[in-house]
Amino acid sequence: MKEIFKRHPRYAEAPQDFASGKDNLWVRCPRCRELLYSKEHEQALRVCSKCKYHFQLAARERIDMVLDAGTFQEYGSTLRSSDPLTFSSTGESYATKLMQYASQTGANEAFMYGTGQIEGQEIVIGATDFRFCGGAMGAAFGEKVTRAIELARERAVPLVLFSNSGGARMQEGAISLLQMAKTLAALDRFKDAGLPYLSVMTDPCLGGITASYAMLGDVNIAEPGAYIGFAGRRVIEQTMHQKLPHDAATAEFLQSHGMVDLVLSRGEIPGVLSRLIRMYVRCNPALKERGLVEQRA
Amino acid sequence: MSSGLDFEGVLGPLENELERVRAQTNGGEGAHAHEAELKDAIGERLRDIYAGLTPWQKVQVARHRERPYTMDYLRLAFTDFVELRGDRRFADDRAIVGGPAILNGRSLMVIGHQKGRDTRENVERNFGMPHPDGYRKAERLMRQAERLGLPLVTLVDTPGANAGLADEERGQAEAIASSIAAMLSLRVPTVSVITGEGGSGGALAISSADRILMLEHAVFTVAAPEAAAAILWRDAAKAPEAAEHMKITAQDLLRLQLIDGIVPEPVGGAHRDHMAAARAVAEAISWVIGQLEQRPLDQLLDDRYNKYRNIGFYLE
Repeated sequence: MKEIFKRHPRYAEAPQDFASGKDNLWVRCPRCRELLYSKEHEQALRVCSKCKYHFQLAARERIDMVLDAGTFQEYGSTLRSSDPLTFSSTGESYATKLMQYASQTGANEAFMYGTGQIEGQEIVIGATDFRFCGGAMGAAFGEKVTRAIELARERAVPLVLFSNSGGARMQEGAISLLQMAKTLAALDRFKDAGLPYLSVMTDPCLGGITASYAMLGDVNIAEPGAYIGFAGRRVIEQTMHQKLPHDAATAEFLQSHGMVDLVLSRGEIPGVLSRLIRMYVRCNPALKERGLVEQRA
Repeated sequence: MSSGLDFEGVLGPLENELERVRAQTNGGEGAHAHEAELKDAIGERLRDIYAGLTPWQKVQVARHRERPYTMDYLRLAFTDFVELRGDRRFADDRAIVGGPAILNGRSLMVIGHQKGRDTRENVERNFGMPHPDGYRKAERLMRQAERLGLPLVTLVDTPGANAGLADEERGQAEAIASSIAAMLSLRVPTVSVITGEGGSGGALAISSADRILMLEHAVFTVAAPEAAAAILWRDAAKAPEAAEHMKITAQDLLRLQLIDGIVPEPVGGAHRDHMAAARAVAEAISWVIGQLEQRPLDQLLDDRYNKYRNIGFYLE
């Protein structure tokens, strides 16, 4: 009963149990608190029918939503964190937490990548899983992103990365921080090879992810209402000692300030990605040389 | 001199005694000998204290108000510095300074964070927390250094990048990402010295160099200990614990091979002797640049790529 009288926040309250949608008959929107019928909600690609909040998706769900059915081949699935600092806090060790995340998500890390096709076009795709340590980047995560970028470069195919993350992973200290430089070094080489990188940021996308590879797409795409920024809402409010306007650092805000090219609802994303890839690949001499364009024509 | 650091409290009586002896102007030979004795005792105590600093104590030293800042190093260790200002986009951010300067007869491009010592200065310098304009100025100067063939030196000392709404509006994340990427691709030798606080992305933006050095009592963090404690345990008061766990000291980071060297500080910390600290920093920079310049450029860039590419620490 208490739920009904609670003040409704204008933005999504973390954490949300977005994986539960399949098992329950109803799900509650974390933003507008509307009760949504699970079946319809799934058909609507987990977008709230009332407030259009785009629910978070698991990495694999995200990838499946974009790729042609049955084309995904995962790479690097065995990579996992080594807990390099043997970090523990108030009775709970990071190693234990990692095991919990792994059993919750069925994955070894918060980032998943591989090859696949989008309307018949070969790409390398990667996505984060927010349930796994808030999608935060540590050493194994950074290594996987780097390998995804390198794989796309080797294959001379476009790179599509979905980012939904709290930032750098505290439990791996400066090692996490330096993953920003590591991924950017690889991305720089990828871009030098004349290949397109499309970055899609979803709610929320913060800190060391936004401040490294996520923001440097040839095309930056965001889902409507997604919070995307260097600092989180709470941090900015503490810094500025005032309440933020509700649209602050949302996808639309970033677009109007020139940081994001496109704000696309979930259903539109695959089509636009495909269209962009077709155009970028067609006019790319580096790819033509390798006969990749002809294959597709 | 009182440092205001509580772990130096044991020095109090010795320092008081020293002041008393100094005040006795006509004490003769005996007083001079006593003064020298006291100085030695203080030096010895300081050596012990500073050799055993905890990570949280190092954070306090790294943040010390009297610690030398970029402009101090430029004044004491370099000559002919000309400060270049503005990002050519929007503003001039006073939290980052930069321009060409000479060190041991060699022209370099120097970029660094700049904190203030008093309230007025800190308003101007925003406590050394840059806005996007600062990183865009840094990137502009990096590109200039590349084009004109000046090795790049960065001096890093920031609590972190500023986190306000205006920063989001002007693309703080993009400015940092772009600055890191630019620095990694520069076709000149690059060396970075973390002189105080290496705070998160705001530090990394100008520290992704061929060689990263740290001053003996500097710290390098993925997030300020207070912020990390707030994120991990929703309690900023647990900052000392976060500092302990995150391995933020120069000694820990060298052991993890995340940095390339440690620059020794004068006894009792850089804040006690700016000149000695500046000399040590200058010497380290000169030596490292000399080493880097011996390599062919393509090899330098490959080595730099591999340095970052090979930061491992994962299982497979």
